[in-house]
Amino acid sequence: MATAAIAESSAAPHGEHTHYTTTGLENRKIAMWTLIGSECMIFASLISTYLVYKGRSKVGPWPHDWGCKTSAIVGKTAAAVQAAGCAAADVMKPVLDIPITSQSTFVLLMSSLAMVLALEGVENHGKPGYDRWYKGSRFWLAMTALMGAAFLGYQAYEFTSFVHEGLTIRTNLFGSSFFTLTGFHGTHVAVGVLWLVSLLAIDMKRGLKGATDVLLVDIAALYWHFVDVVWIAIFTLIYLIQ
Amino acid sequence: MSDSAAIVDRAHADHKAHPTWKQYKWVALWLTVITAVEVWVYYTPFRESPLFAPTLLAMSAAKFAIVVMFYMHLKYDHWVFRRLFVGSLVAAMGILMALLFLFSKLKIG
Repeated sequence: MATAAIAESSAAPHGEHTHYTTTGLENRKIAMWTLIGSECMIFASLISTYLVYKGRSKVGPWPHDWGCKTSAIVGKTAAAVQAAGCAAADVMKPVLDIPITSQSTFVLLMSSLAMVLALEGVENHGKPGYDRWYKGSRFWLAMTALMGAAFLGYQAYEFTSFVHEGLTIRTNLFGSSFFTLTGFHGTHVAVGVLWLVSLLAIDMKRGLKGATDVLLVDIAALYWHFVDVVWIAIFTLIYLIQ
Repeated sequence: MSDSAAIVDRAHADHKAHPTWKQYKWVALWLTVITAVEVWVYYTPFRESPLFAPTLLAMSAAKFAIVVMFYMHLKYDHWVFRRLFVGSLVAAMGILMALLFLFSKLKIG
């Protein structure tokens, strides 16, 4: 009986409807955690694919090593590649740009801070002393979306520069696995930005307040932080570890 | 109180208060510091050391845990969410290790 009662919508304060499962938890939040769990496995598969193919490319450019356009010579420095018989004009530099990616990583990490502040603002709307947070929630949502868009800008710049250096998704195993993994992550960021912009539109139209709206922002925040933690793993495994 | 209301109340009671703005600020600071150290280490001779990869992995795992616990509120939320995520994460790590062993990137012994 209790199961049936909970499975149905129950009236929450403010006349809003929330949907609880038999655990007493909101079903949309459970759905989001389940989605995040399944996404973990998808990203694990893509990261494994990258790691399995790592160092197996027959032609350059390579992520961390210098190479030669006309032969399979690879080295830690340009001088080493030239010493092995590669002409100076044919030397290829490593494609990964750590300073640029470090900046984009920092931007994404800070977007997570902006996201929790937006949620804090919506959650505490109407509480004494929290008015400034509510007023700020719109600002923090906009900042999160903006930083997400900036991350996408960094990624677009990175992809373009790779293509200019001769690395496309079809060039070698590194290109295929790298573009698939980071492109898939970038798509998630793009979806997150659209989601945040839609929340911002709702906020501007009628304001985000009440239990249902808190849940809306909470679920969007979970997704956004997940995108952030995936990048934490990608940044270390793909960019920093050789 | 009906059974359904009691279950909902119990679930809400398992939900602890979220961190404060001060804690969020500290979390952001720690994430920035760890990222800065990761990038700094990349440019030092330590990069050639066999300990380089494990060190970076440890720092990355710390950042991952910090975001999940504090920003995703897993430390404060209901245990069902914790189990859902940790269970999936264990399965994901299993997939990763299995594929690396299968394609001989890792070897036993």
